[in-house]
Amino acid sequence: MPQSALVDRVGARALGVFELAGAIATFGAHAVVEAARPPYDLREIIRHAYQFGYRSTPLILTAGVAVGVVLSMHTRASLERFGAEAMIPAGLAIALIRETGPLITGLLVAGRVGAGIGAEIGAMKVTEQIDALEANAVDAFKYLAVTRIIALMIAMPLLTIMMDFSGIVGGYVAETAASGMSWRLYFERAFNYITYSDLILATLKTVVFGYLIAVVSSYLGFATSRGTEGVGEASTRSVVMASVLIILSDVILVKLIFFFYPVVSG
Amino acid sequence: MSAVRFDRVSKSFGARRVLDDISFEIPNGQAFCLLGRSGTGKSVALRHIIGLVKADSGRVLVEDNDITTLSRRQLADIRMHMGVLFQNAALFDSMSVGDNVAFPMHRHTDWSDAEIRERAMTKLSDVGLEEDFDTMPADLSGGMKKRAGLARALALDPSILLVDEPSAGLDPVTSREIDELLVKTKQRGTTLVVVTHNIPSARAIGDRFAVLDQGRMLASGTIEALDASEESLVQAFMRAQGGG
Repeated sequence: MPQSALVDRVGARALGVFELAGAIATFGAHAVVEAARPPYDLREIIRHAYQFGYRSTPLILTAGVAVGVVLSMHTRASLERFGAEAMIPAGLAIALIRETGPLITGLLVAGRVGAGIGAEIGAMKVTEQIDALEANAVDAFKYLAVTRIIALMIAMPLLTIMMDFSGIVGGYVAETAASGMSWRLYFERAFNYITYSDLILATLKTVVFGYLIAVVSSYLGFATSRGTEGVGEASTRSVVMASVLIILSDVILVKLIFFFYPVVSG
Repeated sequence: MSAVRFDRVSKSFGARRVLDDISFEIPNGQAFCLLGRSGTGKSVALRHIIGLVKADSGRVLVEDNDITTLSRRQLADIRMHMGVLFQNAALFDSMSVGDNVAFPMHRHTDWSDAEIRERAMTKLSDVGLEEDFDTMPADLSGGMKKRAGLARALALDPSILLVDEPSAGLDPVTSREIDELLVKTKQRGTTLVVVTHNIPSARAIGDRFAVLDQGRMLASGTIEALDASEESLVQAFMRAQGGG
């Protein structure tokens, strides 16, 4: 029966998704527990934070400037109709700091770092390096996954601040080219409507993004099989799943922020 | 006290029985070679000793500790007494050769960085790789990787060394060099458990032997006992490999 076969297939796929979600959630919860237990691999955490953070900086700064320029041009096109050009810096800063900066940083890091984590751990799995760690009496989960998760949770807010800053600079470049607005005036107008809670809550949100990216890609790395093909698949799936989770979690986090800090929604 | 003892160990992966009621004992300081064709459960047996695979039934004792019942931390303590040379060396490819050898020392000792470097250099020198401390694993040949893997496995002077297919993928000369290093290691008092399908290599290294086929132990004992075995598969295997 084709219909029942279709139902079976959809059911099996749905079960597979739930199974995967459960496995990733267990993996993530296990990481939280292990992160609290000594020994703490500070050296590894710092090394990964450097790799994820410092080495992502050029990408984040470049993307930030481009996003700032584009946002500025769009904002100008919209606000000009209402004669509200003076609001361009504030509109851009609010959009960038509250949402665009954190989200784009999350997606860029999912692409750059998430793919790397999935591929690196996956390659270690298929070449027995993870077994070699265990054989050397090292907890591979803690050494490979927990250190990366902590490192990315540290790196993400810093990268987001860089994205916000470079976006505002990009916006200024576009705005000064269009209207000749001074840096001082632009800066004053940009931050007139921004509060500390805007900046802090939106930036802290990216700690969750960092956690999700590292958990998903580490899990997929550890679950790698089928040699180099599996490594490629782990890398690709890391990016896709981390990106989807970032967008979904963003909806929930924004809702939570508005619920607990209504002043931010104003 | 025996170094390693398998007591009626069985293991299946799905419907496939990989080890079927396997028992053997390896006295301290001896070299035990597990022989058999590819896919007969030799490497799985080795992974049971490290605790990377848990037996479905039976006991695996390492220095009288039943590792099937140990907690993760207790297992880590036992693993510190063991060194493992994997089939493809499994060097950490993000670290230099020297850092690979130094890695267990950094993790499990409070030696200074200078002392660790000196000891790692000594271990590399023992396997003839003293010039390659800063070389990355990707730049080594297969034989050099094996030797570097051996240096790492011996980094903490383990009492038991587990070796998975030491001559796989190597030319006869390099294979003999690895065998000689293993014999030297045994002469220093280390217990060796070697998984191989290379009979000349096993003859050079081993004191006692066991032949596995489809998860079952066909024969065990000295090389003379295996040569004299009336089991047709054992005979075919020993002769096909240039033994007997």
